[in-house]
Amino acid sequence: MNQDKQVYLDYAATTPVDARVMQVMLPYFSESFGNPSSIHRFGQTVESALENARLTIAQTMDCLPEEIIFTSCGTESDNLALRGSAFLARKERGANHLLISPVEHHAISRTAEQLASLHGFELEYLPVDSFGRTSAEDVACCLRPDTAIVSVIYANNEIGTLNPIANIGRLCRSRGITFHTDAVQAAGYLTLNVNSLTTDLISIGAHKFYGPKGIGALYIRKGLNILPSQTGGNQEYGYRAGTQNIPYIVGMAEALHLTQAEKEDRTELLKPLRDHLIGSILEEIPDVQLTGHPEERLPNHVSFIFKGVDGNALLMMLDMEGFACSSGSACKTGNPEPSDVLTSIGFTRDWALGSLRVTLGMYTTASEIEGFLQVLPKVVSELRKISP
Amino acid sequence: MSAKPVVAIAMSGGVDSSVAAALLVEHGYTVIGMMLRLWSEQDSERVNRCCTPDSMAMARRVASILSIPFYVLDARQFFYDTVVKSFIYDYTHNLTPNPCITCNRIVRWDFLLNHALSAGADFLATGHYARLTQNSQYTYQLLRGVDLGKDQSYVLHVMTQKQLKHALFPLGEYTKPEVRQMAQKFNLPVAERPDSQDLCFISADGDYRQFLVRHAPQAIRPGEIIDKEGNILGHHEGLAFFTIGQRKGLRIPSPSPLYVLEKDYSRNAIIVGTRDQSGRDNFVTENVNWIATEPPDSQFTALVKIRYKAHDIPGIIKILNGNTIHVKLENPLRDITPGQAAVLYNGEVCLGGGIISNSTY
Repeated sequence: MNQDKQVYLDYAATTPVDARVMQVMLPYFSESFGNPSSIHRFGQTVESALENARLTIAQTMDCLPEEIIFTSCGTESDNLALRGSAFLARKERGANHLLISPVEHHAISRTAEQLASLHGFELEYLPVDSFGRTSAEDVACCLRPDTAIVSVIYANNEIGTLNPIANIGRLCRSRGITFHTDAVQAAGYLTLNVNSLTTDLISIGAHKFYGPKGIGALYIRKGLNILPSQTGGNQEYGYRAGTQNIPYIVGMAEALHLTQAEKEDRTELLKPLRDHLIGSILEEIPDVQLTGHPEERLPNHVSFIFKGVDGNALLMMLDMEGFACSSGSACKTGNPEPSDVLTSIGFTRDWALGSLRVTLGMYTTASEIEGFLQVLPKVVSELRKISP
Repeated sequence: MSAKPVVAIAMSGGVDSSVAAALLVEHGYTVIGMMLRLWSEQDSERVNRCCTPDSMAMARRVASILSIPFYVLDARQFFYDTVVKSFIYDYTHNLTPNPCITCNRIVRWDFLLNHALSAGADFLATGHYARLTQNSQYTYQLLRGVDLGKDQSYVLHVMTQKQLKHALFPLGEYTKPEVRQMAQKFNLPVAERPDSQDLCFISADGDYRQFLVRHAPQAIRPGEIIDKEGNILGHHEGLAFFTIGQRKGLRIPSPSPLYVLEKDYSRNAIIVGTRDQSGRDNFVTENVNWIATEPPDSQFTALVKIRYKAHDIPGIIKILNGNTIHVKLENPLRDITPGQAAVLYNGEVCLGGGIISNSTY
């Protein structure tokens, strides 16, 4: 057991708050604590901070400030986008057809499943290739006049694969169908320019890019209408009632600004480490497969499956050796079922139960990766030895 | 100074394993909490990938209070293939199994121990009430727990020297009331939690008979209840529903109470008799594990325990061949049940034990 150091290789699960982000948040806990909806100057001070944050985010996404809605997290943004669009499309034009990729995060897939089972929407899954990618042509084949919304994840959390969002976006725009993308994992490394993405709705969550947990945003293209999923006061243009979480909103804006400004540098740092990891693991460990696309993937994302290995036990052993990784999505109950994402791209149970996700970040070093590569083959072989 | 030994503690969320974990931390070990996810009926119906049963949440809380890492290992399929299948097999083969013993032998002290050692642990500890010593020949000895009412050496009699070498039983020196007090002292939120159940994998009703109806319906064949002379006295709904020495549930009018004497598997019949006719004083035990690797002698006297909760009584043990022994008790017992373990003691030392057989000497 390595008690001295713990190496964090799970940046896709969450990231530490950047010190620069922390600094800009601090005044908004106790000093400037007002409610942005208040008339008085306490309120005015924070209202200005709120709108500055909105402006900062709008600038990084090349959109209008009023197109940014603050939510409590990426999952809430996904819910608002999907529910809000589906119910409005039904109300306005009788549309009942939902079209999503089979490798969506649960925030989308479970929401869509509930819309189908509880509210009578017709849910259809787009085709994907063995890397989990959906093409614009795939979408074109499935689009119908009564499609309420199309949702395709920008970068998959479990297997890192990138989807051609701009192509799909242009197609949907030309057909007049609402298009949403879950950009929660992508926001740290890829462009969020709404014009090049040609996307109507974009979800992000701050804690994936060195901002705080508990804050997210949804881009809603101007002119597009959706129904609010949380009703109450008129905050956030009526799309999301509830007093805004000012320190976290300020933090998210700063984090997104820094991330988008530094994304090329971060990519340049991480991509060689990623490729070294992938290459070495494929060379050194038998019965292993890379999951997701070898090139069209997040620059910080490595994911594998190992035949005949219990993924949970693997994570325990790696943690004992000082390396914090994940199996794809955070689940710690020792109740592993093969992930929907892995089975939807054709992996059998025996392989899919042995999944490992290693995600790098700003503070990852080459020597940490070397250390990890020393330990992983040993641990996999040990586990295979004792597997019943 | 060498590094502190690393101890994995098998946690259940109950008071015993929680206090055991706290004691290990207090003794200065580096402690890792581990929990096995075992197959259970309720669970197999659940599809949620991230469900959090109470006991797991409690174990997690205890681990966090003690500041130790905590991991859950999935052993559901393995547990089903070993413990549950052999439970069903035994009941359909005229045996009354004790699944805790199978679990200790195959799941806890093999699967879990291997994972613990692979993860870098030097020892695996459990919350069992039992003690360990080493004798002059450096052989590990398993002793009864100090609290004789809670002593669990019975279910641990299957352990080998190799397993005992890596085992720790922090509660062996304590009584249950002391353990509950310690739970309060350590501020563990488990002091009032009930003890874990023996048939942990059977759904809410806890009734093994209904479990068999659900999982081995082919094994439940109605048959006759007869006396020793072969007279038909009544009917039963399945051999598995009855156990040797049982008095209730026969539903036969009779001048004096009737007891289940034997179960005749070939005739699918239950043989009943009066109190005088019931009981026997000798039986054969198979697959005996000798904790010291060898029996003490070809014939010797020992204290014999024929059920987990039975009082032990003196008997003469004769080695038949290999790991089969004959046991002659000082006086007859009414509930000697094939499939249960007969565990042998010399005073407080557990010598080992095996499974009571249907065959006679």
